[in-house]
Amino acid sequence: MSDSPLVAEHAHEERPELRHHFADVEQQRNAASLGMWWFLGTEIMFFGGMLCAYLIYRRWYFPEFAASSKSLNLTIGTLNTAVLICSSLTVAMSVRAAQLGKRKLQVPLLLATIFFGLVFLGVKGIEWTDKYEEHHIPGMGFDALSGKKGDLREFPGNQQLLALDQVKNDPVKLRAREAEIQQHSQVFFSLYFALTGMHAIHMIVGVGIFTVITWMAWKGRFTPEYHTPLEIAGLYWHFVDIVWIYLFPLLYLIDRRPGT
Amino acid sequence: MAEHSQHVASARLYWLIWLILTVATFLTAWIATVDLGPFNTVVALVIATCKASLVVLIFMNVKYTSEKMTKAILLSALFWLILLLVLSLTDYSSRYAG
Repeated sequence: MSDSPLVAEHAHEERPELRHHFADVEQQRNAASLGMWWFLGTEIMFFGGMLCAYLIYRRWYFPEFAASSKSLNLTIGTLNTAVLICSSLTVAMSVRAAQLGKRKLQVPLLLATIFFGLVFLGVKGIEWTDKYEEHHIPGMGFDALSGKKGDLREFPGNQQLLALDQVKNDPVKLRAREAEIQQHSQVFFSLYFALTGMHAIHMIVGVGIFTVITWMAWKGRFTPEYHTPLEIAGLYWHFVDIVWIYLFPLLYLIDRRPGT
Repeated sequence: MAEHSQHVASARLYWLIWLILTVATFLTAWIATVDLGPFNTVVALVIATCKASLVVLIFMNVKYTSEKMTKAILLSALFWLILLLVLSLTDYSSRYAG
């Protein structure tokens, strides 16, 4: 860093990517990175609010939440988590390729990232379609007790609620308990769609950002000295990955124990 | 500050982290089917936190960054999050009587 305005001006002439209000490239990079970290800090609070609501209801309605959670497809959820982890690897590798000035490596890695992101979203779409068919989308058509695939009474948590002595032999109490299951399962799925939906919106935004980043990489904009857009877009992508790392166990793995 | 002060991690490290994260994903899905009593949730969240920490430290470069502000922002965001979750949960879980 230099205090001399003449030297600073010289630096600006040599570096077209350096904006005039920054002293040097390093300061500009740090400012951009700091801005992204601030943004991610607000994102933590954004998802934190929904997460907090989820955790409170999960404590209150644990059996119904456990049953609803068990109706989610564990195999698909696990594989989709792995897909997202692959996309984080390709992002980290593309930043590394830029740091080392390997221009030709950046574009395929970035395209792989977009591919993994789209696969994740597609699989999410398949899962949501299942929920639609099971009548598990909150709203007028919601039904946790529908006879076919979507009957949540079959699942352990709810079975325990219905098998209580004072409930199972009294039709009035039984119907009241079923109405409760109906209501509490709907709370689970409202939170499920809010959390996975907001996460998916972040993924869609991420794919959009990385489309621009890929185009910039294709144009050869990123050098070992300057690749800030790629770097901070990468921070965003990793953050969205971390959100899913928590959503997966919280939503899918409430209670997967056999015979409980 | 020197211009090339950025840390370049080795490709092997990134692959290693990827491997750990993938194995941990399948591990957490499997261990959820094992009856650990009340510890199933604890184990799932510990594994998730380990995975998230690896992503933050290695993939997001926090371990090697020279920027102290990055760490300050991260820690303060986590502090507020923990404040939100712990205070809300102790409140709600101790006063709901239904």
